[in-house]
Amino acid sequence: MEAKAQIPRSESQMLRVNPKKFILWLFLVSIVMIFISMTSAYIVKRSDGDWLIFDLPEALLYSTFIIIASSITMHWGYLSARADSISKLKVALSLTFVLSLAFLATQFYGWSQLVDNDVYFVGNAAGSFIYVLTGLHAFHLITGIIFLVIVLISASKYKVHSRKMLQIEMCTTYWHFLGGLWVYLFLFLSLYN
Amino acid sequence: MSTTQIHVETDVHHDDHDHHELSFIQKYIFSEDHKVIAKQFLITGIFWAILGGGMSILFRLQLGFPDMDLSILKPILGEWLTPAGKIDSEFYLALVTMHGTIMVFFVLTAGLSGTFSNFLIPLQIGARDMASGFMNMLSYWFFFLSSVIMFISIFIETGPASGGWTIYPPLSALPEAMSGSGLGMTLWLVSMVFFIASTLMGGINYICTVINLRTEGLSFSRLPLTIWAFFITAIIGLLSFPVLFSAALLLVFDRSFGTSFYLSDIYIAGEALPNIGGSPILFQHLFWFLGHPEVYIVILPALGITSEIISTNSRKPIFGYRAMIGSIIGIAVLSFIVWAHHMFVTGMNPFLGSIFMFLTLIIAIPSAVKVFNYITTLWRGNIILTPAMLFSIGLVSFFISGGLTGLFLGNSAIDINVHDTYFVVAHFHIVMGSASFFGMLAGVYHWFPKMFGRMMDEKLGHIHFWISFVGVYMVFFPLHYIGLAGFPRRYYSFTAFDAFQGFTDLNTYVSIAAIITFGAQFIFVFNFFYSMWRGQRAPENPWKSNTLEWTTPIEPGHGNWPGEIPAVHRWPYDYSKPGAKEDFIPQHIPYSDTPESNMPHEEE
Repeated sequence: MEAKAQIPRSESQMLRVNPKKFILWLFLVSIVMIFISMTSAYIVKRSDGDWLIFDLPEALLYSTFIIIASSITMHWGYLSARADSISKLKVALSLTFVLSLAFLATQFYGWSQLVDNDVYFVGNAAGSFIYVLTGLHAFHLITGIIFLVIVLISASKYKVHSRKMLQIEMCTTYWHFLGGLWVYLFLFLSLYN
Repeated sequence: MSTTQIHVETDVHHDDHDHHELSFIQKYIFSEDHKVIAKQFLITGIFWAILGGGMSILFRLQLGFPDMDLSILKPILGEWLTPAGKIDSEFYLALVTMHGTIMVFFVLTAGLSGTFSNFLIPLQIGARDMASGFMNMLSYWFFFLSSVIMFISIFIETGPASGGWTIYPPLSALPEAMSGSGLGMTLWLVSMVFFIASTLMGGINYICTVINLRTEGLSFSRLPLTIWAFFITAIIGLLSFPVLFSAALLLVFDRSFGTSFYLSDIYIAGEALPNIGGSPILFQHLFWFLGHPEVYIVILPALGITSEIISTNSRKPIFGYRAMIGSIIGIAVLSFIVWAHHMFVTGMNPFLGSIFMFLTLIIAIPSAVKVFNYITTLWRGNIILTPAMLFSIGLVSFFISGGLTGLFLGNSAIDINVHDTYFVVAHFHIVMGSASFFGMLAGVYHWFPKMFGRMMDEKLGHIHFWISFVGVYMVFFPLHYIGLAGFPRRYYSFTAFDAFQGFTDLNTYVSIAAIITFGAQFIFVFNFFYSMWRGQRAPENPWKSNTLEWTTPIEPGHGNWPGEIPAVHRWPYDYSKPGAKEDFIPQHIPYSDTPESNMPHEEE
């Protein structure tokens, strides 16, 4: 019973979108739902009263600029990969990596600024929410960094180029998403303080 | 027996194009084949159903026979029995909580969607496998891990979570509140985190597969209603389970780190807790934003399975195919904007309450459309009463009788009276619990031949159905009366209150009915496992059905179709088409083969 599947070419062309990319998009939807529910909880809790008012640490503003910059370098890397300029790609990805670490450090500094301001994780929910939101975002960013490192390693093995874009395309999508997510959180926290 | 390695992706490089056997572990344990994963979900689901059902028998014994000496159960229950041989009152709460958690999440979410979405989506849309077999495998093993943790929590000394399956804080947030709120609650939360991850991975796969991997010609307007239901269910899950994650995460912070999201100034033994300003209502909002869609995650797959089975066994096209799709989508959308009807008595603004009441009552419309379509499909059909068909009709019956009480409960004024009474218990056990259980059983009877290549015994199926069907009504119908009389759910004892003494006999009756109904399920379990090895060999298309899964070999191998995947040329409900040679025309038969039965617009 030697049976081998004959898969005609047309079958795989029925794929409307690359399934892996589509799976990534659906993952992003679930992450969006986590943050929507968190920020909704924030709004509901805030309207309850008993809400501590304090200044958002300056560090969070700087980190916003850093993450926007990292999105730009990431996109530069993506464009370089499409143009097959591998050396530029490696520089861009390395820059993004450094910027991402800088972002995390700034976020951490932001936490210490909060502590200096007597805003703690344990205490008024207003403070706790900031730690939870930044912490959850940082957690997702770390997963993004792992992905970035994987792409960086493939790039250094010349496995990312104009005919092999899937990995970097997905990484870029995720990275822009994480950047956009932080910008949303930052604006949300500034406007709803 | 041969296996074939299938490579669907063309952009990934593979070296192993040679034919090779998969090892036992790859084939049955860490399998990436959707059919094996479906069976894993089914078997785990059956295990949990027996455990969850058994728990309900234990607390029914307490309610029906409050003075009974249960010392025989000492070897199983140990210290959970009082010296007098009665169930410990805290353990009673643990039983109720675990019964709810197990049934809602482990049986009717993972066991139902996990089994049938996995099994039927690739087979009915003509795909070799899920979009990501690896993620599908992970989905099962995360569920398995979550199951193990939940199972362990039943055996720890302080007992499993006991604050009800809805785990409302502060009861669930304060370890000193009750013994179950200690380690048991922690394990519950850990288990649910893995469960959420499992559901999301599964759901993402289902959505991606349905959108991207349909065979040629299978447009959305030709999709079987099963697939529509699974697809929409997965979308609901994708949008609602992350919210449960948020709710659980904040609860974890409150429990373990001392934050004040849900906890406010509570005095325990005269001393105030350090927490300030938290709101337990916030948890209810977050929880029910998942919790309400969750009940549709439970019922929609069952409704999808029923649509398919009723149409096949009435030998008639489903009535109102597009209306069915519309009502599934309608229910899905509405499910997200009605969560506060669980919270009418939390001190909510009455005006807001009437808005949520209005939205809730609107759900009656798509639900009624579905019921109407089932009945009109049955109307003057050539009905074949297979066990699957009986269970589907049973589901329709439950959906009607349980749905009617929903109209009362959804009413914010009447809800004040019946909130958290046995009326609610009766309502959701009929409309959601029993109905979707029947859908699941119908699905197992119907697709058993495709899963295991053998038929289940029909006589035993009929006996199983009639005892279960009558049994469910015997158990849950009397509970309406008890509920209207005002008896609250989750209470340990009826006999402690003068007002409810009169219900002792009724409770005994309900308990006896519950034991019979539970006992009847073992007929199914026997039938299931016996038929797996000893059942009659199944023909290729035992129910003369139209959908694609019946075009595969009797026991489809890895990759489902040995040759090319059939293309689809028509919708799945061409039963008893006037002029046709047979009373069914499968989806892969082109119109050019059936000139005698084509409608004028179908001529190619």
